[in-house]
Amino acid sequence: MADSNSAVTGWDGVVKDWSSDKEAFHGVPWGKAMMWIFLLSDTFIFTTFLTGYMTVRMATTEPWPIPSEVFALTMFGESIPLILIAIMTFVLITSSGTMALAVNYGYRRDKTKTFWLMLATAVLGATFVGMQVFEWSKLISEGVRPWGNPMGAAQFGSAFFMITGFHGLHVSIGVIYLLTVAFKVKLGHYDKKGYEIVEITGLYWHFVDLVWVFIFAFFYLW
Amino acid sequence: MEHAQAHAADVEHQEHPLGVYFRIWVLLFILSGMSYAVDYYHFEGYLRWSLILIFMMLKAGFITAIFMHMWWERMALAAAILLPPLCLLVLIGIMAIEADWTFLMRDVWMGQDITQLPKPPAHMLEH
Repeated sequence: MADSNSAVTGWDGVVKDWSSDKEAFHGVPWGKAMMWIFLLSDTFIFTTFLTGYMTVRMATTEPWPIPSEVFALTMFGESIPLILIAIMTFVLITSSGTMALAVNYGYRRDKTKTFWLMLATAVLGATFVGMQVFEWSKLISEGVRPWGNPMGAAQFGSAFFMITGFHGLHVSIGVIYLLTVAFKVKLGHYDKKGYEIVEITGLYWHFVDLVWVFIFAFFYLW
Repeated sequence: MEHAQAHAADVEHQEHPLGVYFRIWVLLFILSGMSYAVDYYHFEGYLRWSLILIFMMLKAGFITAIFMHMWWERMALAAAILLPPLCLLVLIGIMAIEADWTFLMRDVWMGQDITQLPKPPAHMLEH
């Protein structure tokens, strides 16, 4: 028997073929599989950035600025090393926790709790971006530029702005994504479809936290 | 319609007791605190680097396994997502060798006045 899809050609055929009932990952909603594949590609992007950073840091003969000092803040009359970054890390981990709970309540079909937990996640995400804006403006006012800085190796600035900028962009997009899905949950758009979408959004959000784990280790602590 | 229902029943939900998430959450806080402590208490050298890497891998592992549910996913999905990034280790390896070489060349040549360097032989300048 001829496949019913073969009658459809052109772009309609492309859509038909890709959406026909064939699956490799049994029991996994297609949206989740697609999100994982996107995150895999994003893993390659971020690893390439971090590898680039490793390469320029290893190759430079100038001293690398000491992150512990560059990112220190004076609080309560004392200079505390890396404190802003530590707070940002805790904010992001907290947001990962609220997201994990949102996914759980989504599957329990508790719309109110899911909505508020996703909203809390988005607010924490926005807080993180706000702190990053503060960090960027502080560094820029101290003369750090992508092409040079007063503290040492010029490559410090380019690696810093590139890596944290791309991560910050991911967080910002994540906040918009979270808000969109949160309000759609509240409006009951997923009552028939099911709440896999909350888990898929959660995957993206946890990934943003995951990338930060590596940035924190390699850029700020190393 | 019947088919759609059968399919919906196929989809496995990642529903786990809340306690699991709370425990991992607390653990992530502790691990982050410990990696911050590495910097705060000025651990240096191999001790510093190995502690940073251990805490990093533990945090990444718990986020992927528990928060992102990879632990409970089917092997086919876990393998499709987790194995390809291993190729990146090759990239990191060759770039580290390259960077070492660049550093060596800069160390040897940089800071020298190029007008004082020995001139290349005449036959090389003809081209």
